[in-house]
Amino acid sequence: MQEKKTSKTTKNPEVMQEKKISTATKSPAATEDKVAAVNPAKTESKLSELQNNLERKTIIMQGNEAVAYGALDAGVNFFAGYPITPSTEVAEILAAELPKRGGTFIQMEDEIASICAITGASLAGAKALTATSGPGFSLMQEGIGFAKITETPCVVVNVQRMGPSTGMPTSPAQGDIMQSRWGSHGDSPAIVLYPESVKESYELTIRAVNLSEKYRTCVVLLLDEVIGHMRESVRLPDMANVRVINRIKPTVPPHWYKHYDENQKYLSPLASYGDGYHFHVTGLTHDSQGFPTNKAVEAGDMMDRLRKKITYNIRDLVQIESHEMDDANIAIFAAGITARAAKAAISMAREEGFKVGLLRPLTIWPFPDDAVRKMLRNVETVIVPELNQGQLIREIRRLTKDKNDSNIVSIQRVNGQLITPNDILRKIKEVI
Amino acid sequence: MLKPYEIRLSGSGGQGLILAGIILARAAVLDKHKVTQTQSYGPESRGGYSRADVIISDSEIYFPEATNFNCLLALTQEACDKYLYDLRDNGILIIDTTFVKNLALAADNTYDLPFTEIAQEQLGGTISTNVLSLAFLSKVTGIVSDKSLETSIVESVRPAFKDLNIKAMKLGFKLAEEYDSNRS
Repeated sequence: MQEKKTSKTTKNPEVMQEKKISTATKSPAATEDKVAAVNPAKTESKLSELQNNLERKTIIMQGNEAVAYGALDAGVNFFAGYPITPSTEVAEILAAELPKRGGTFIQMEDEIASICAITGASLAGAKALTATSGPGFSLMQEGIGFAKITETPCVVVNVQRMGPSTGMPTSPAQGDIMQSRWGSHGDSPAIVLYPESVKESYELTIRAVNLSEKYRTCVVLLLDEVIGHMRESVRLPDMANVRVINRIKPTVPPHWYKHYDENQKYLSPLASYGDGYHFHVTGLTHDSQGFPTNKAVEAGDMMDRLRKKITYNIRDLVQIESHEMDDANIAIFAAGITARAAKAAISMAREEGFKVGLLRPLTIWPFPDDAVRKMLRNVETVIVPELNQGQLIREIRRLTKDKNDSNIVSIQRVNGQLITPNDILRKIKEVI
Repeated sequence: MLKPYEIRLSGSGGQGLILAGIILARAAVLDKHKVTQTQSYGPESRGGYSRADVIISDSEIYFPEATNFNCLLALTQEACDKYLYDLRDNGILIIDTTFVKNLALAADNTYDLPFTEIAQEQLGGTISTNVLSLAFLSKVTGIVSDKSLETSIVESVRPAFKDLNIKAMKLGFKLAEEYDSNRS
């Protein structure tokens, strides 16, 4: 454990805060003291037990549960969704917990209605989230585009399963990486986060909600089926250590308020319906008041604003983990559950003397271009294991430019089974 | 310091293996270990394949699925045939002879008992076969403490089934204690 060198390279305060959370809770002494003193009577309401204790205990928790608790801790007070395996537990828990806290849960008739409902709720001031899987995510694409063009904060959790279509509901796949970026028509940027553990599912759910509020856009949280259904021993950070970003209200007189202000500060004031500010919301390309426009200048300005809020804030948005990379001459680039297999493979490979490391994106979109370029400069070979037919590897190849990309090696699997540590170890030995 | 200990509970849907996995994982947390529990099952709620993996360790667990088991519990012939080859040398094999009639491979540490029949006869139904065999597994491997397993069962099952499952657990412990003396 001690020799493991893991660092998240990021500089912004919010993330530093989150990093502090994770180090604070990893302290073994702190954890051991607070291992659950069991009270059978309380098992019915794990959440209230969690919330009421200032110091949380180590418990066993599922990835989907962690997402639900993360949503609640981030202040989400509206969920509209259509339950679907393997994301159902998120809806199940929020259906029970939101009403107790004055929030709203609606089971919608389908996923199109779900994304529209959370967008509408957000316009009325709610912090809104929905959870789905591949088939529902496809249906939501139109609505996600609407949330993006109207700059309405909301979060879509997509617990990925085997596809295409309804595929294999209980089997893992990482087939929605590109869809989460390009699924909605009309060239808009995306923020997509990708956890590798139950604890990180909790942390990144909070981060997704925070980023959606900060940048006024639809943020996608991608989970693997295995992460969503997996149970792990986990101690969530105490509520005092959780940083939540809430939108700020405009202070200008109503007739001065522009819903889409060119002056980009984050957060920028955001009025809700019912606050007394008048604004127009449309999926048509619009001016700063929200009214449809066909003027090239205004259309260009709007598209620029959507792009810039991502590209000008890469340092805030991109989070990566660099694991055993210092002396590595072979790097593995993997996200989610595949990164867990890679870490196991790395510890086996290092025992045999091979210098292998892992670069793992926690934010897959915007893509961590700089970190990948640095990796490409420093290692001889990059192995890209993924549960699809080549989505992450395309991005790596994009960044090799004139460099020979024959040293970019794929491991791909789309049969509903995971890539195992041994599969990766075998590939490491092949490329050496 | 406990090295990663990989357990696979396998059988068919409806036998309660995933619940058994959760109970075992929760007991391991009570014993202050790190633990991951994953599962694989078909879309059916009964029938079809089902398995639960539990990895218990004191160091960080990277890959959460069991690939090289220290212990395999097989409650059906299909599960036994499918997973036996991934049992590591000297790994512990526990089979339910109610359904597992043939062993494709002889394992050194094999424990065989007709768990389902025993549950039917002594517990009044097959529903607690999972807890019965889990308690047996726990005792044989010593991977979690008896006390933690009991607490975990109480926490994990519905109150109405608490007594039945505690009874099943005690029977499982007893079978494990008597197993050695009977056969060796």
